[in-house]
Amino acid sequence: MIVVDRVSKSFGKLPVLRDVSLAVSPGEVISLIGPSGSGKSTLLRCVNHLERIESGSIAVDGELIGYRRVGNHAYELPEKLIARQRARIGMVFQNFNLFGHKTALENVVEAPIHVLGVSRREAEERASQLLARVGLADKMHSYPRMLSGGQQQRVAIARALAMQPKVILFDEPTSALDPELVGEVLDVMRALASDGMTMMVVTHEMSFAREVCHRIAFMEGGRIVECGKPAEVLDNPAFERTRAFLSRVQ
Amino acid sequence: MLVYVPARTWGTRAAAAALLLVVAYFGYSIAGNANFGWAVVWQYLFDARVLSGLSLTVWLTAVTMVIGVVLGTIFAIMAMSRNVVISTVAKAYIWFFRGTPVLVQLIFWYNLGALFPEIFVGIPLTAWGVSLPTNDLISPITAAVLGLGLNEGAYMSEIIRSGLLAVEPGQRQAAISLGMTGRKALWRIVLPQAMPIIIPPTGNQTIGMLKTSSLVSVIALSDLLYSVQTIYSRNFQTIPLLIVACLWYLVATTVLSWIQSRIERHFARSRNASK
Repeated sequence: MIVVDRVSKSFGKLPVLRDVSLAVSPGEVISLIGPSGSGKSTLLRCVNHLERIESGSIAVDGELIGYRRVGNHAYELPEKLIARQRARIGMVFQNFNLFGHKTALENVVEAPIHVLGVSRREAEERASQLLARVGLADKMHSYPRMLSGGQQQRVAIARALAMQPKVILFDEPTSALDPELVGEVLDVMRALASDGMTMMVVTHEMSFAREVCHRIAFMEGGRIVECGKPAEVLDNPAFERTRAFLSRVQ
Repeated sequence: MLVYVPARTWGTRAAAAALLLVVAYFGYSIAGNANFGWAVVWQYLFDARVLSGLSLTVWLTAVTMVIGVVLGTIFAIMAMSRNVVISTVAKAYIWFFRGTPVLVQLIFWYNLGALFPEIFVGIPLTAWGVSLPTNDLISPITAAVLGLGLNEGAYMSEIIRSGLLAVEPGQRQAAISLGMTGRKALWRIVLPQAMPIIIPPTGNQTIGMLKTSSLVSVIALSDLLYSVQTIYSRNFQTIPLLIVACLWYLVATTVLSWIQSRIERHFARSRNASK
């Protein structure tokens, strides 16, 4: 579903991704772990072209993201086409980024109506189902600042789901939450995983990575150091660097 | 059963009493002073010339502010563009119009005919089109609208830019990640959230424009100030007529402040809604 092939990127002179390759199959949940500055979030942001890659390629569902290949040149796509690709790649942010001037319901229907052209009635019907699914049926008409962090993040997940994405990218979805609110967000993500959603999750929640994810990729210094089943990576890491990181977070 | 008694605010009360005395004293010395010519003020307050001056002032303020907001929005967006040519054009515009006195700009537009006697309307570098005398195209009122509007656009663009910058970048990113184009994200997500920041200084600018528009008297347009000037230049009742103008400026400012607070309340809805 997601194929990352030998991707490199740098911010100025600082390389943030070095020759990263990763393949995620449909319905798979993969988590990216590693120290801060290791390139996890950047890799995630490259998948929906919020960041430009400098070499290699990223494809989602067989479609090259952000570029069109002609011979040995990759031409960046016009904005409208990139926007169309992003519409099918959901993204959930660390800081929720709910639209502050819109209610929970309005947040969820915004893109279906104004990007996909779905009728308002249809969009609202589906949005209220989605909000019910994340346990917020009674908060539909609340503005973000009246909601707790956990509630806001669940609205953000419903907002991503409303676009019927092929994959959802989670960028540290629980890092900005009070500890007692982490569980409610992870529960929603767990339910999505068991429904077969393809998910790429940057996280520091090792227990979530262990229980829910099919594979874990450990990144450091812009490289994927090792990638494998949670039990392998977390309990029996092949590399000293992974072991050192895990002993610090667990 | 306890009875709670808030602390007495003796200081406030004493200050209020003192203030009342001062106000009463000044009120008496002004209202009872024949030199102020209150009878003359009253006589001219609703004079047809004064009212038509007032209507021109209000009209000019409205039109130039609309132009200012439209130009300001366009140039604010241009100034933030990643395209260096576009952002440089916007910065040059802001630099020029903020850097020269608006009075000079007004006179410049009014005298455009002296610099360019004819203006060619048609396709540039070809003979297709007509040349028209500049003085027919640029009437005093056009010169006033151009001068004040272009100047206002430069100030408004900085206000709007500051509003756009104040919206957290994550808002735009979230909109884009949902498949919106940059333009759609700007109009539907960023700009509406910049409004609460943009409105108070815009109200300020509008009130400022109400009075700045009095500069048009230099190009012989009879706005509120100019119309009272023409009256007192004949009857020499300078102070009473200036009071007439000030009273109307105060009325207009009060109305504008009220409108501003209504607009602010509208955009503050999502902030303190208590559903």
